[in-house]
Order: sequence, then C-alpha cells, then structure tokens
Amino acid sequence: MLSRIAESLFWIGRYVERADVTARILDVQTQLLIEDPFVDEEESCRALLGIMGVEHDGPVDQRTMLRLLLSDVRSEASTAATLGAARESARRARETLSTDMWSAINTTWRAISTGRVPGMRSAMAFDWVRERCSVINGVAGTTMSRDETWHFYVLGRSIERADMTARLLTTTALAGVPSGGWNATLRACGAYEAFLRTYRGLEADEAAAEFLLLDRLFPRSIMSALRTAERCLEDLAAAGPRVGFGDEAQRLLGRARADLEYRPLAAILTDLPDEMEQLQVTCSAAAEAIGTKYFDTSEAIHWAGGLG
Amino acid sequence: MTDVFQGYDQGPGAAYDEMFSGGAVRREYHAVHETFLRMPTDEIVTRADSVASSYLDQGITFGVGGEERPFPLDIVPRLIDMKRWVEVEAGVKQRVLALEAFLDDIYSSARVLSEGVIPRSVVVTSPHYHRVVAGFSPPNGVRIHVSGIDLIRDDEGDFRVLEDNARVPSGVSYVMTNRRAVASALPEAFSEHRIEPVNSYPRRLLAALRAAAPVGVGDPTVVVLTPGVYNSAYFEHSMLARRMGIELVEGRDLVCRGGRVSMRTTRGLQPVHVIYRRVDDDFLDPVHFRHDSMLGVPGLINAARAGHVTIANAVGNGVADDKLLYSYVPDLIRYYLREEPILRNVDTWRLGDDDAREEVLDRLDELVLKPVDGSGGKGIVIGPRAEAAELDELRRKILADPRAWVAQPVISLSTVPTLIDGQVRPRHVDLRPFAVNDGNDVWVLPGGLTRVALPEGELIVNSSRGGGSKDTWVVSDRRDATPVPKVVPRRIGVDGAAAPSDPGPAMASLTDDEHGQQQQQQQQQQQQQGLDRLDHRGLDRLDHRGPNRLDHRGPNRLDHRGLDRLDHRGLDRLDHRGLDRLDHRGPDGLDHQEASC
Repeated sequence: MLSRIAESLFWIGRYVERADVTARILDVQTQLLIEDPFVDEEESCRALLGIMGVEHDGPVDQRTMLRLLLSDVRSEASTAATLGAARESARRARETLSTDMWSAINTTWRAISTGRVPGMRSAMAFDWVRERCSVINGVAGTTMSRDETWHFYVLGRSIERADMTARLLTTTALAGVPSGGWNATLRACGAYEAFLRTYRGLEADEAAAEFLLLDRLFPRSIMSALRTAERCLEDLAAAGPRVGFGDEAQRLLGRARADLEYRPLAAILTDLPDEMEQLQVTCSAAAEAIGTKYFDTSEAIHWAGGLG
Repeated sequence: MTDVFQGYDQGPGAAYDEMFSGGAVRREYHAVHETFLRMPTDEIVTRADSVASSYLDQGITFGVGGEERPFPLDIVPRLIDMKRWVEVEAGVKQRVLALEAFLDDIYSSARVLSEGVIPRSVVVTSPHYHRVVAGFSPPNGVRIHVSGIDLIRDDEGDFRVLEDNARVPSGVSYVMTNRRAVASALPEAFSEHRIEPVNSYPRRLLAALRAAAPVGVGDPTVVVLTPGVYNSAYFEHSMLARRMGIELVEGRDLVCRGGRVSMRTTRGLQPVHVIYRRVDDDFLDPVHFRHDSMLGVPGLINAARAGHVTIANAVGNGVADDKLLYSYVPDLIRYYLREEPILRNVDTWRLGDDDAREEVLDRLDELVLKPVDGSGGKGIVIGPRAEAAELDELRRKILADPRAWVAQPVISLSTVPTLIDGQVRPRHVDLRPFAVNDGNDVWVLPGGLTRVALPEGELIVNSSRGGGSKDTWVVSDRRDATPVPKVVPRRIGVDGAAAPSDPGPAMASLTDDEHGQQQQQQQQQQQQQGLDRLDHRGLDRLDHRGPNRLDHRGPNRLDHRGLDRLDHRGLDRLDHRGLDRLDHRGPDGLDHQEASC
C-alpha cells in the first residue's frame, strides 16, 4: 500500500485511541475531584494538563481543564481536536477505508463541528466520546481485511494505548488518593469487573496497578498493548522483503515489554511516574522508527525547477 | 392534505418545463407526479431532510472556499424519456469522436488547419495547445478517455450543446450517490419505472483505463492522481479510486526514474502504468509546465512520451474545450465524420470576425459574453443583467482582444419542479452526460449530472451560488414494448464541401511569429495565475507535513515531568483560504457559470 496511506491509517488508530483514553482520564480526574473534598483543584488540574502535555498560563480550574482537554477544538490535546485530526487523516485515506468506517468517523466529527458535543454536560460527553470510539473500532474490526491496512491501524492504536495507559496510571499515582482512586481508574478502563474476577475480589492499590500494567489478557493493559504492537510489526515484516536490518521499533517495544515483565512489581511501583514517563519516551521512539521504515518519503526526487 | 404542486406557476413566457406542458403532466412524469401528489408535504420534507443528513454523514461534499460543503440534492428526480435519450447519446458519441479525430489531427499532420476548415490561429493561440505532446500518439489512440458534454434544453425542449469538457470533467460521483439516495428516499416512484442503472460507471472507466495501458503491459497498475484533499472534487477522486479498487495517489506519491513511473509503497517502489489524472495540464509536470507546481510529478511527460505510462485524459486536450473552437465543432463533425451534427450548438458569434463583432458590440446588453478560455465560469457577462459601466468595460476588453471572446444569445434553460421550502417550484436545470471511450466504443452513462439553480429565476447553476443537483432518470415506458430506434446520423455525400484531401504540412511549420504569439499568451497566462502560485507553495508545505507532523510528540520534547509538549500544528491553522483558490481553477469545476447562459 502507499506509504502515505499507511501513515494515515497509523494515525487514525492513534487519534481515535487518544480521544478515547483522554475521555477516560478526564472521567477519573473529575470523579476524584468530586469524591475527595481535600484535593487541591488547582494543583491537580494543572498536574493533569502537564501529564497530557498541555502548557497553560494563568489560573487553572476544572472548567479550564475540561475546555482544554475535552471540548475546545483549538486546544490540540482536546478530544474534539483529536477526533478532528482522526477525521482529517481518514479523509486522506478515504479510498482505503470502508464506507462504514469512514461514516463512523465522519459522523463523530460532525457532532463536534456542529457544536453538539461541546454543549454536552461533561459526564455525558465522556460517555459519548467513549461510545463513538467504540463504534469506530467496532466497525473497523468487522469491515477491515486483516491486511497491512489493519496492521497499521492496530499498530497505531496499540502504541497510543500503551502511551495513554501510562499517562492514566500517572494521573492516579500523582493524585495521591490513598484508596478509591484506583477503583475509579479501573472503572474508567472498563477493567473493574475483570479485575475483581481476576483477583477474586481482593482489592488493593498494588494489585490494581499490576493489573493495568502487566495483565496479559486484559486488552487495555500496557503489557497487552505492547504485545499487540509487537505482533503487528511481526506481521508487517513478514509481508515482504525489507530493506535494512531488523526492526528498530520491534526492538524498542520488546525491550520495554521485557523490562516490565521481568522486573519485580515493587521495583516498578517505587517510582511509577518516572517509569511511565520512560515508557512514553519508548513509544515515541518506536513511532519514529516505524515512520522511518514505512512512511518515509525522504528518498523523493526533489524538483528544483523555476530557472527556465 | 395540501397539494405540493399548488401554485406551480410557469407564467407567461416561461421556459420549457420538463414535467408540465400547459398544465398537463408530461407522460414520462406521471408516476413521479402521482407519488408526490399522494404524499403529505411533511413526509416529503422529512424525506428530503434525511437525504441531506445522509449526505453529510457520508461526507458527500464538494469544496468551495476551502470548505467542504454538501452538494444539495433535490428530491424530485429529473426524467428523460428513452426516445429522447438515444438522440442525446448518439449526439454525445458523435461529438466525442469528432473531437478525438480533431485532437489526433492537430497533434500530428494538422490537415484541418492546412485545408482551412478552421483558422490556424484558433489552435495555435490556444493556451491549452501543448507542443510538447505533438507527434505523439497515445497507446490505443484514445485521448479523451472521459468527457462531459454540457447540454441544456431550449425553449422548444431541444437539447443543445453548451460546452465540451475533454480535460478532466467532474461530477460523475454525484450521479452515483444521487441515484442511491433518491432510490431509497422515493422507492414508490422508483419502482414504477424502468430506469437505466448508473452504477457500472467505475467498471467501465477502469476497463477503458486498462485498455489504454502501454503496449506490452498485460496487467497494468492503474491509479487516480488527485491534487489532494483541498481540491473541490476530492470526494469524487476518492470515490472513483475506491469503486475501482485502485490507489488514489498525490504527486508526491509518485516518482519518475528512467522514463518509468512508480509509486512509493510500504514495500518500496511499485510500477505504475496508467494514470487517471485529475490534475490540470499546467500542474502535471514541472519539467514541462509550471515549474512551481508541486501537485505533479517531474518527468511524467517524458515517461508518457517514452510510452511507459499512459496519462488519461491525454495532455493537450484543452484545445478542444476552447469556446472559440466550440463554435467550429459542427464543422469538425462534418469534416472528420462526414455526418451532420445530431445535437445543435447554441448560436455563437466569434468576435474575431469584423461583422460579428460589430453586431455584438451594438447588442451587448442583450447577449451573453464569454471569455473563450474562461474556466470555472470566470468573466462571463450576461448583457441584460449587467450595469452600463460593466458593459463599457466589456466593450474595451473585446476591442483590445477580440479573439478572447464569444457571444451567445441568452437562452432560457428548461425548468424542472424542485422542492423549495415545502413547495414545488420551477427551477432551471442543465445536464452533463459523461462519456467513456475505451478505444472500441464511446459509452455514455445513461442520464448524467443534472445541475439545478436553486434561487428563484436564477439561470446560473453554479454550486457556489446555491446550485444543487437532481437524480437523472433515463426511463423506458413499460407499456411500450417496441424497441427504441437507433439514431443514425445523416451522412454527408462524397462530394460534400468538406471532403478531406492529402495530409498537409505538420505543425512543426509554425511560423516564428505564431510561435512568439503563443509564448506571449502563455506568459500572460502565468502572470494571471500569479496568485495561484503562492497557493501551491502553501499546499506543498502542508502536504509534506504528514499526519504525524500535525501531531507529533517527539521524544526530545519531553521536558516537564518528562512529558512531551504537543507539537501540533492545529488543523484549524491550515490555510484553507489560500488553498482553495486551486479549486476554482480546474476546468472541471462544478462551478461553471457558463452552464447556465
């Protein structure tokens, strides 16, 4: 497939996942603010903006945070802007997407661009974003052939998922809420019941963190996301002969996974935010390596005309 | 229940109405009329709204001013009786064949010029005559793989040709989407008819493109080349690629090496054999045309000349779209095909002729004046609606460059009932049938795109002036079992006036003077398009910023708490306004104002 299209698919996967998890993170954050009257609103909102990579001068309250991360299309980290970017990428790859998938993405974007979503109550908007992302992923799952198109889409989604789950864990760890915080995080991931079943009702913060970090079977865990990404890379590499040696992205992701898998949990939890930051660096580097290998058009012949 | 047709007033001196004749419903419209008569107005409006919202959800849009806008689809279909259609079909085929012969001729021996059928200057002063493709014949001889011949119906209901589009005509995607939408919105009326289907278009197009592959290529790779997402017809480009199951490429996806064209894929460079291009000649290859174009592929023309890749439609077809040439097409049909034209032209005065110019200058306020090279409807003046100052200005322009203008009488386009604010009202329409030439046969898509001028009394079907479209049904009468007779063109005798003689001198014999004129003309063209040049630079910058650069969180961006700063360049910052200017330039734009006049 065209490199440009592969790149678009990779980014559709990333953007949709980013919008989804951003809504989930906001859900956790607002619940924590509501449930714990002792949390410093300003400090905690500012911390979240930092985690999401948003720079903001001036006072920060919950409303500002929601505007910047949820509804404002001009704020690049917001779900609204992210879904807009997904739609723009989809438009560029439209001929390769199924009509259903394009429609799912376009309808989502239309609800934002016509102001329907920005006008919603925040809790409803979180639900709406999650639901739309589920629809897009669901349609993708049933209408896309498991060819390169699919591998690039899932690759983007998995790398983003590892990155975003890392941010979600950081949010909870930094909130410094002794108990209850992890429950909210699990719920936001749709992981609460799965967690209870897996750990037979044994609730502990450490176990919750372990579940979201390391569970091999739960699809939103970092471990699961990394393994999926690795598998996609394997499938892509198997598809045909390649130039160069090995696969840098695979090496980076594999090392990060092994690092999590073979170290004692306690060692990881000691400084969870730093560990998660390191993981984000890895995700970023892996994405770059994928770009170099599959999307790069630097060998383009440049026409330096205009003299005639 | 109120009758949605109540007060449908054609008025005295009104244009030909396609549904009603003196208050009576024309035969082919009976079922449609009945359907609307039976349906409560609320229901009609609800169905029309659902059509509109389904277009928005599916993103069936066209670009205007850098924005994606839905292309309004009126719920009342436009019907063409099969008997009438076969005449249109035969007329379109005939015209395409004559234009094919003409293009082949002027890029080879140019007999038509040496025999004086048309003046040499008509061809050599056309900015779309490209000497770079002279002396080169495309693989299966086809140059106009796809054409859109714009038609109107005059006061008598007769179809007449308004203009030819042999470059990159657009709009065919709406023919297909309109059909699907109206068939589901009006199943009652739909099932009452035998309607010629339109969904075989992509298959026909792909077959024609494959048939045009370079010699010796058994299983050609065909691609659609688009200027990109900011082109007004991007929806169409992506739809055609999707429906043909082939890649939609941009210039930067292609690379020319050693006279061969490849595309960049995740598995390296893959050869490309046929390019259905939706990029204008001027922007197709910076080596030969505009040096600043980033929409094209350097080296493409040489690859085509070397016979390794086929460009469809062929480069240089624009000569056939020239409005001055248009006035000679009936002569070309007689000359090349030895047939009488089946479809008539609209009367046209050539202002290069002294007598014609004198007459036209006297009657400027009653005529429509069109620049011969005006694409996208630019520069058209409708005399009766123009201010005196505008006419004075026009007069000066005509005297300064008479070759650049033609004049036509104001023709009242036919009307078709159209849903306006819950009532059905007469609105003017035109028709663009699409023809595909695979080298063996010219196939005409039954029906074509009907464009409708939505504002009352408006003669301009231009989409940026609130123009919309209608589903166009070519219908057979079920009660009528007799086969529709074929339309046979009237042959001209062997001793007809325009019998061909021996081949004349080749185009290489252009005099220096003519050559100079041509260069001058092209330079003027470039100056006029100076603004556009900026836009291309803009587009290029934007396009080379892949999706990842719209939003890339690079590893070295990790600064506070090790968390990266988003390095987005927001989508809203894309310079839509600049880019959009591109869209208005295309000869294929759906924006042709001239379509109405």
